[in-house]
Amino acid sequence: MTSTSQAAAAGADTPGPDDPGLSSTRVAKEAELAGRSPGQLMWMRFKRDRTGVISACIVLAFFLIAALAPVISWLYGKDPYTRYGQLRPGLLNENFYPVKPNGGIDGEFWFGLEPGLGRDVFTQLLYGIRNSLALAVIITLLSVLTAIIIGVAGGYFGGKVDYFLGRFTDLMMSFPNQLFFVAFTPVVGALLVDPRDEMPTWLRAGVLVYVMWLLGWMTLARLLRGQTLSLREREFIEAARVAGTPSGRIVRKELLPNLVTPILVQATYMLPNNVTAIAGLSFLGVGLLEPTPDWGRMFAKGAEIYQSDITYMFFPGGAMVIFILAFNLLGDSVRDAFDPKSGR
Amino acid sequence: MLRFLIRRSLGAVVILLIISAVTFFLFYAVPRDPATLACGKNCTPDALAVIRKNMGIDEPVPVQYFHFMVGIVAGRQFNVGDCPAPCFGYSFANQDPVWQTILDRFPTTVSLTVGGAVVFLTIGLGAGMIAAWKKGTVIDKAFSSMSLVLSSMQIYFIGPLVLALVVYNLELLDQPKYVPLTQDPAGWFMGLLIPWMVVQIIFTANYTRLSRSSMIEQLQEDHVRAARAKGMSGKYVFFRYAWRGSLIPIVTIFGVDLGSLFGGAMITEWTFSLPGLGTLAVNSVQNTDLPMVMGVMLFAATFIILFNIVVDAAYAFIDPRVRLS
Repeated sequence: MTSTSQAAAAGADTPGPDDPGLSSTRVAKEAELAGRSPGQLMWMRFKRDRTGVISACIVLAFFLIAALAPVISWLYGKDPYTRYGQLRPGLLNENFYPVKPNGGIDGEFWFGLEPGLGRDVFTQLLYGIRNSLALAVIITLLSVLTAIIIGVAGGYFGGKVDYFLGRFTDLMMSFPNQLFFVAFTPVVGALLVDPRDEMPTWLRAGVLVYVMWLLGWMTLARLLRGQTLSLREREFIEAARVAGTPSGRIVRKELLPNLVTPILVQATYMLPNNVTAIAGLSFLGVGLLEPTPDWGRMFAKGAEIYQSDITYMFFPGGAMVIFILAFNLLGDSVRDAFDPKSGR
Repeated sequence: MLRFLIRRSLGAVVILLIISAVTFFLFYAVPRDPATLACGKNCTPDALAVIRKNMGIDEPVPVQYFHFMVGIVAGRQFNVGDCPAPCFGYSFANQDPVWQTILDRFPTTVSLTVGGAVVFLTIGLGAGMIAAWKKGTVIDKAFSSMSLVLSSMQIYFIGPLVLALVVYNLELLDQPKYVPLTQDPAGWFMGLLIPWMVVQIIFTANYTRLSRSSMIEQLQEDHVRAARAKGMSGKYVFFRYAWRGSLIPIVTIFGVDLGSLFGGAMITEWTFSLPGLGTLAVNSVQNTDLPMVMGVMLFAATFIILFNIVVDAAYAFIDPRVRLS
């Protein structure tokens, strides 16, 4: 990446007016520009963006909560599996709804109790967020990796490779993806485990990851292919090639650093989409199964009981709205920080 | 134009063949015994025998696939009865013909998606254009932040909330239901009002942002500046020149969004228990009703691909610079 020094050089080439003040600021600016990598510049721009910093903190907080869920629930003294409402009389009424108002919120059960099974909503949500985020992160990483391989290969090698990879991408894009997820999650599961047996949770999660990864990489792959295609013709790649640099090294040392921006920006859009898609699957009943705590299944439960206990719905719902909103804002800020020219 | 349509239709046929093959082989070929899989957990020997017979699983899978495809084109003879031309077989769960069930469910999904699309395109494009028109003002900022918040909402969260508020607390509307348009237009409209408002939420915000940025970009184009320089009024230029150009990226995104529109419809139908293709798909998956899942899958894929061709044609219509050849 030479854009910084190029810009500085271009600034030096054009003679400015003879205003000493102006030229001195320019000199000062040049001095300031020197020795800053694009990453540092991006970081500086990002730090100035208050919305971006706040939303980054919120997103980080979510990931911290997810990572520390066992610690938090240990301090809080409950777990997401125990059916407190059924074990202890006086918490649920005869219809299995919390006795106390607002879903049974009190000092002991901060977010109330789950109607029916009487589990603790707070720890359920903690572990639900943990599981959903873990899945979403894995899916996003796998999709990004696949997109890099397919997109860069297509763009860099061109010709037949590009043609076939391009058609393959088109084909995968024409699958109706959400319907595909719903239809194939049970089938892929049935391939691995006899349908009459219970599927272990890790396998169920694996199937979810697999199905969503399969149809998750195409947009980014297309984007990267286009970028690679135009980068390939640039002088610095040509220079590297003339110097006899092997292809692998060109891709790693010359191409990829220039693709970091679109990759990061797309990944920040992909991750929240994956979170909502996983939750949607659970809502439709093809995600993680009981008793594994799951963010999306809380919505299914909430939709079942909203007439009697609407409070229950607000905790997973509110958490998700905050998370998605913060992540979307973060994505915008990251994009602005990387590419300040693209105004909103 | 004709050449474009023919070329794209051929491409669509190829893609559909591949999708059908992938779906078919995944469903029928790989599990150890598809009949047992289809039969599910509470299987009786009788049900198993019926399924085996209907599936024709004594034959090798490619032959089965061939029969399936021939059945779609030319109809097929089953032990349970004759299955006329677009034959997708019979449901494992209730022996209904798949094609007829899909046709019965289709109007609901079309009503929901088309109505929802009309709502989100109107509100989204309208709000985006107003925001671009009043760029930098309070209105612009209000619209932008509103669309950000709305885009973070999810159907499965908003749906029950709206139901609880509008239907049960305020009692403004009845529980959403589907009444055929031809039977009772007013009932159709009132029954789908809540689903439309809910399904549009996830899309409107995107289209607001998109149409705003695309409009602002268009207003800086040379031809718009030239039109202004000629002395045309700002309003005229805005609505006649810039607006048209700003539609181009929106049409592209709309084509891409069709799949997720169907997905959104699926969740919306499930939330409001509307009898559409989405609920059909989810129910069939839960019952491992493979012919039904296969039918819905192919039907939805065909529809999305066909509609994408229409969108591409519309693209050329809006932007004369695009040559379809």
